[in-house]
Amino acid sequence: MIEVRDLHKAFGAVKAVDGVSFTARDGEITGLLGPNGAGKTTTLRMLYTLMAPDRGQVLVDGIDAAVDPLRVRRELGVLPDARGLYKRLTARENIEYFGRLHGLPEDLLASRRDSLIKALEMGDIADRRTEGFSQGQRVKTAIARALVHDPRNVILDEPTNGLDVMATRALRQFMTGLKAEGRCVLFSSHIMQEVAALCDRIVVIAHGRVVADESPDALRAQTGENNLEDAFVKIIGSDEGLAA
Amino acid sequence: MNTVPTKLRSGGAFLTVFLKEVKENLRDRRTLMSAFLTGPLLGPLIFVMLINVTLNRELDKAEKSLPVPVIGAEYAPNLVDALKAGGVVPGPAVADPERAVRKQDADVVLRIAPDYGKAWRKGEPVQVELFYDSSQRDANTSVERVSRLVESYGRQQGALRLVARGMSPTTAWPLQVARRDQATPQSRAVLMFAMLPYFFVITVFMGGMYLAIDLTAGERERQSLEPLFANPVARWKILCGKLAAICAFSSASLLITLLAFAVVGQFIPAEKIGMELDLGVHFAANVLLLMLPLVLLLSALQSMVAAFAKSYREAQTYISLLMLVPLIPSALLSFMPIKAQAWMYAIPLLGQNLGIMQLLRGDGVSTEQIGLCLLGSMAAALVALLATVQMYRSERLAISA
Repeated sequence: MIEVRDLHKAFGAVKAVDGVSFTARDGEITGLLGPNGAGKTTTLRMLYTLMAPDRGQVLVDGIDAAVDPLRVRRELGVLPDARGLYKRLTARENIEYFGRLHGLPEDLLASRRDSLIKALEMGDIADRRTEGFSQGQRVKTAIARALVHDPRNVILDEPTNGLDVMATRALRQFMTGLKAEGRCVLFSSHIMQEVAALCDRIVVIAHGRVVADESPDALRAQTGENNLEDAFVKIIGSDEGLAA
Repeated sequence: MNTVPTKLRSGGAFLTVFLKEVKENLRDRRTLMSAFLTGPLLGPLIFVMLINVTLNRELDKAEKSLPVPVIGAEYAPNLVDALKAGGVVPGPAVADPERAVRKQDADVVLRIAPDYGKAWRKGEPVQVELFYDSSQRDANTSVERVSRLVESYGRQQGALRLVARGMSPTTAWPLQVARRDQATPQSRAVLMFAMLPYFFVITVFMGGMYLAIDLTAGERERQSLEPLFANPVARWKILCGKLAAICAFSSASLLITLLAFAVVGQFIPAEKIGMELDLGVHFAANVLLLMLPLVLLLSALQSMVAAFAKSYREAQTYISLLMLVPLIPSALLSFMPIKAQAWMYAIPLLGQNLGIMQLLRGDGVSTEQIGLCLLGSMAAALVALLATVQMYRSERLAISA
């Protein structure tokens, strides 16, 4: 479970995140929806302790990120906005590197690696160097790398960005699988259909603030709109920066 | 889920980062070429070529016949004969000796005045003019040779005149200077090898350079630093693993270059001009010891500079500027020879420079000097390391865009 309480972060005069609070529960998929530049990535970066908030608190499974950032990172699997793989290493070696950084014993590492390669259907690319990988192959490798230590909480920053239809479908199925295993899945997106199709709970962020935090049905009811797309536009106040 | 051990094996992360960086960079051809081929071997090759050219020129000058245009050779046949006996080949007169020397048509021109014969017979002093350009270092040996021949001819003739008048030649020279040169064959070599320490420093520098750029600025540019920092490993441990990889590459470079110098040292004909050069095992071991703290210092400095840069190219620019820094002590020592004080050994780069020169002189370095050198450079390396760790803690470091 990930709890976020009143997060603030400013870069100079720009308030990137201005009082964000929400909770992402185990066994649920929570979507962070908002236009580009709304503060989604900055919020997530504070969750995985890459940045320290100016104010506010992050709790992962009850552990305060400001107090014990290393333990928080151990409880999290993170696919950051920056996917950067090591292009001179194979996909398998990329996964192993992160597994060893997590301190996994070699036998456990091998079994986790193989089951992820199977689950993400990347057997054909596992022993290729990642240089020249397609966007979809890169995201798969990055996700396997992020989940190699079997984390209870999974954070994915715009996971379907740049993927084609087939890869997007496969990834959505994979996320549903993570939820079924009882994990807490938190992902950000600016694509309304995706959020609507996947999420148990939607947190809408605009201009660094949470403007809605509901289930999809409640959102429709709240805005009086039958169509989720119209509901979002009504909440955010404009359709700028969103994609259908 | 969460069967993960909560405690990381000690040293596990450090070793993991180190091994991964080494493996990854062993797969990069440019890094390999720079660290194991061009970096360490270019130095010895250039060095040997330079030395051979210089030595051969010196030897040529000393033994070969020297053509010198002589104006008015007909007035002083005996002087000209004496010059010929000394290996000088008198050439045809030139119209404008100043111009000939300045244009480097001749190293030196000799002019004998038309009244030479008359004055000589009267026993009056006569003047012979030597035209040369002392800023042409190349010509100095020739000038020296001609001048010595003329002067000794003069002295010889003076002695003959005294004897003819029934006096001992020693009357005219109450004082005699006996030169006792204390230069050993090895110390004579030092003048020529003043740039050697710089070659070693540059090799260490080049060996680690591409890694240092790749492991910080490159990783940032490829956007892999952010996922890396999401792992439950303290950033300083990651940095230490990376530094160790850089040090491993630059040390390997240094070893290769020392080996190359040892081999190449056999082919330098130093003994031909009375020099002795020992680039063998003893020399290599001492250089290695002196350079070790420098390996760490340079890798930390390179990483720090690369961490400032936003991109690979930017880092390359900064690091090539940093490369000029080690040139300072070498240049300083070759332009203004200073007497080495004990404290100078404690200054990084300068200490190594002095130590290596001393090894070349064949004097050896004392334990105290080695100690000072190691301590001083190690302290500087630690400061650089701490500063780099501090830089790694910056929030902005991980953000790529």
